[in-house]
Amino acid sequence: MILLLAAFAVVGLALVAFGARLGRRAFLVGALPMAATAAWVATRLPDVTDGTTRHESVGWVGGLGLAVDLHLDGFATTMTLIVTVVGVAVLLYASRYFAPDARDLGRLAGLLVLFAGSMVGLVLADHVIVLYACWELTSITSFLLIGNRHDQARARAAALHALLVTGAGGLALLGGLVLLGQAAGTYRLEGILAAAPSGTAVTVALVLVLVGACTKSAQYPFHAWLPGAMAAPTPVSAYLHSATMVKAGVFLVARLAPVFATQAPWRPVVLAAGCATLVFGGLRALRQHDLKLLLAFGTVSQLGLMMVLFGAGTPATTTAGWVLLIAHAAFKCTLFMVVGVIDHQSGTRDIRKLPALRDGWRPLELVALLALVSMAGIPLGAGFVAKELSYEALDEATFLGHEVVLVAAIVGSMLTVAYATRFYTGAFAGPRRRAAGEPAPLPGETHRDPSPTTELSDPTLPIEPVDPVVVVKPRAHALTNTTAEVAVVDPDPAPPAPSFVAPAAALALVGVVLGVVPGLGDKLATVSLEDFRGSVPAVHLAVWHGFGAPLLYSALTLAGGFAIWAADRRVRPRLAWASKVPSGAEVYLAALRALGIVSTRVTGFVQNGSLPVYAGVIAATAAALPVAALLAGWDWPGWPRLGPKREAPVVIVLLTAALGAALVRKRFSAAIFLGVVGYAMAGLFVLSGAPDLALTQAAVETLSTVVFVLVLRNLPERFERQSTPGRRIGRLLIAAGVAAAVFVLALTSAGVRLGNPVSEEMVDRAVPDGHGRNVVNVILVDFRGFDTAAEITVLTVASIGAVALARAGRRRRDGEPVPAANTEEVRRLVFVDVSVRVVFHAVLMLSLWLLFAGHNQPGGGFVGGLLAGSAIALRYVAGGIDEVRGRARFRPWTVLGTGLLLSSSTVAAPLLFGGAVLESAVASLDLPLVGEVDVNSALAFDVGVYLVVIGMVLMAFEAFGEEPKEVAPR
Amino acid sequence: MTLMLATAAAGLFGVGTYLLLQRKLSRIIIGLSLLTHGANILLITSSRRGDAPIIGAGGEERFADPLPQALALTAIVINFGVAMLLLALAYRSWILTHDDEVQDDVGDRGIAKSDVVHDEVADQQQVIAREETS
Repeated sequence: MILLLAAFAVVGLALVAFGARLGRRAFLVGALPMAATAAWVATRLPDVTDGTTRHESVGWVGGLGLAVDLHLDGFATTMTLIVTVVGVAVLLYASRYFAPDARDLGRLAGLLVLFAGSMVGLVLADHVIVLYACWELTSITSFLLIGNRHDQARARAAALHALLVTGAGGLALLGGLVLLGQAAGTYRLEGILAAAPSGTAVTVALVLVLVGACTKSAQYPFHAWLPGAMAAPTPVSAYLHSATMVKAGVFLVARLAPVFATQAPWRPVVLAAGCATLVFGGLRALRQHDLKLLLAFGTVSQLGLMMVLFGAGTPATTTAGWVLLIAHAAFKCTLFMVVGVIDHQSGTRDIRKLPALRDGWRPLELVALLALVSMAGIPLGAGFVAKELSYEALDEATFLGHEVVLVAAIVGSMLTVAYATRFYTGAFAGPRRRAAGEPAPLPGETHRDPSPTTELSDPTLPIEPVDPVVVVKPRAHALTNTTAEVAVVDPDPAPPAPSFVAPAAALALVGVVLGVVPGLGDKLATVSLEDFRGSVPAVHLAVWHGFGAPLLYSALTLAGGFAIWAADRRVRPRLAWASKVPSGAEVYLAALRALGIVSTRVTGFVQNGSLPVYAGVIAATAAALPVAALLAGWDWPGWPRLGPKREAPVVIVLLTAALGAALVRKRFSAAIFLGVVGYAMAGLFVLSGAPDLALTQAAVETLSTVVFVLVLRNLPERFERQSTPGRRIGRLLIAAGVAAAVFVLALTSAGVRLGNPVSEEMVDRAVPDGHGRNVVNVILVDFRGFDTAAEITVLTVASIGAVALARAGRRRRDGEPVPAANTEEVRRLVFVDVSVRVVFHAVLMLSLWLLFAGHNQPGGGFVGGLLAGSAIALRYVAGGIDEVRGRARFRPWTVLGTGLLLSSSTVAAPLLFGGAVLESAVASLDLPLVGEVDVNSALAFDVGVYLVVIGMVLMAFEAFGEEPKEVAPR
Repeated sequence: MTLMLATAAAGLFGVGTYLLLQRKLSRIIIGLSLLTHGANILLITSSRRGDAPIIGAGGEERFADPLPQALALTAIVINFGVAMLLLALAYRSWILTHDDEVQDDVGDRGIAKSDVVHDEVADQQQVIAREETS
């Protein structure tokens, strides 16, 4: 089975990719996997009817317990045969339907094959997630097939409609299946049915699954996408939207009903949806002028009946549904093909425009008649067997409300007889009589004039041309949707070639055989009931059920149906109320519109474009949530001690400077205050036993003050715009809240440490493993070196970003002359110049010393790099950007990149020698003058860090060191 | 954790947040830096403070916890990178507008005020409206 599914996928994708060259032959190639599957399943038939179920399983995602579990039991066999046999017929038909030179036939054929593969996978799936995946695949392929003519807004809208509705239903289905799987403890379909879980979760799950099934099988109120899907080429409609895909929902209901039908929400939901669909669909079908739409609404109606029969979940109704499933696939597909033939030859499907069909058309008429007999449930059609069985089963059923369902079934079947008659007279008898000069009024047409609004306000009727002469042309072109069709109505169409009619005839014959000798299906029908797992008596299908209520109902149905058709003119105005019920299309549009409005409103509210608002929301949340969680389990640790006195001055300076930075109006002053805060922090670090931090902080503060000044010299001196008092109060409140939250968290969190710090081990292992005595540096370059490597990557990115932003306006366009070097000589002060030259090398040496000593004493790559950066800043002060550029032998980005490369290579190098990432190695060297030195591989890493930091400082000067040349006019 | 340092951290966070909620980029940058300082105080006070953790320099039992220090060191340098990038933004903003004010996003304001209907919805409405009027 898995091989066959793979064949579908391979052939389908190959056709999509390379099928264009094949033209119409692409459809014949596409029929191969279907025929192969049908043949294989046929060889399995004896085993299946003996009750053996074949299982296959291939691992998919082992960790999630996902496997492609397939099984071939009675019901799966039935569905697979329907999908593949109808598929072969449709593809043969399509190879005659399209013009040889039509575009994209390979794609169309490939999509049909892919769809068929998904459908076969769906019916064979024994794992609900696999079933769901195939379900969605059919939705997607259906979307692509409906939108086959993607240059038409109509086709696109219809495809999107189908996708949104079935896709939303698919999501509901997934939720339901997962709930079911959790409740049953297994995701195997057979396992779920065996476990038969119940409870609230299962109730919710069943409703969700039913929503999914109802969207897929076009049940009210989700049905409206199906008539819209008639925008697809007729072979596609014949296959997907009558015989196969729309049955997926019914199939799922049939699978689950034997076990879950008795649970609370199942029967009311399924039966209500099914009955409404059955009756309303029939009413709508009776009102169509387009033969294809008539069939589409007829399909909706029949799907409703199937939903009722399978959903009721008794062995008898299921058997009736099983026969109807097969009969419907045969007759509906035949009729679609017939409509396609008529449309193809004559150029229209509108029964008011159809020309009389000559004698050469008799074979097609016969085929149509055979299918219609089956559809209307006239004896010797397969539909008759199904109808008798349905009436009998519903009559004898015992569940609540079965009488109502029986009445709905009878009414629905009457409507089926009526629209079947309408189809025949509309397509064949009527035009002939009109041609012969006999008056043959079209049902309903005379009544369109008195009440045109009720007819036309129904958006589910995509085709209601007022003036056929004017409108039919573009419409026919728009709807028939294939390159083969001609928009102009041919008054005397040529009869179709026999090979064009043959596929339809073959399917019609299947219906006849099943209608005459239904006993052929006994065994398969019996094993299809095995989900009931009880003592279900063997099924005996027969034409003659004896005298009894069902026969009476059948007679009533036929009589009523013909009466409805005959009285159509009088009944019709009274049926107009049906269009006042909000149709699925209106519900869909309203939902879509509401969704658009809601999302716009939500977006407008949440994403209002104001940075202070965003930051305020984040800050307030960050303050409120942890404190709220804290208050839930409030345990005040008591006031801690104030702290050592020597820290007091530092803290006072710190807070005063911070307040100053917030309050001053001048930008420069604010930057200086920030610098003071930084130095106070450095002081605090000294007092906390963190010399590395103190050094780094001091160096960073020096540099960042310089960079600040470089930027701020351009900006206005003062902060100008004042905000409103209300906003200021809001800011103050949020700020106070954050401060309070930090205060409380700081005090409480101090007391919650339970275990020993992980760093104790780091201290112990610093010398033996890290070969360094400065534990902080060993952590940075060794124990947590990966973090550091990531950090310098971030620094690299940030500096590149800064340079890119600052210089974006300065990029020269092609052909623009390179500006001459800065001719304006920087005014040098001799005193500054000389002292910088003296100090520069000293500072640089110091930075190198810090770098190399850093592993054992305070220092390291960061501090060293920052100090070297300070030295560069000094050069800048003395001579401007040219001084920096002139002295540095390398470009800033070269330094930056070299550093990053060196560090990353050190990280990765041990891998080459079979070690772990960042594993350090050490070697002792005896250097002249210096003495014995331990050279650690971590040093190379730190040198990389050093270079990255220097590169970053160089980048800062590259970004901000120059006077900007292109500035927007004031 | 001492009362003094908790106050210092809270003060830095408060002032930093206040500045962060402004529209001038230079103030936002200063605010972010103050927040970083506050966070660093929280980091180094989250564990034991004491002597510099340099082996051989003193008793290991009086060592300050080195791990928060390493984290804080990283934070200090990262803050420098962030400040640099934001300063570049301010610089660019000045080149374009002669100010470093962060304006409201025009597109977002437009969405908030408009009744934009999704294109595909409009498409569908159009198609169906055409069906109704024909």
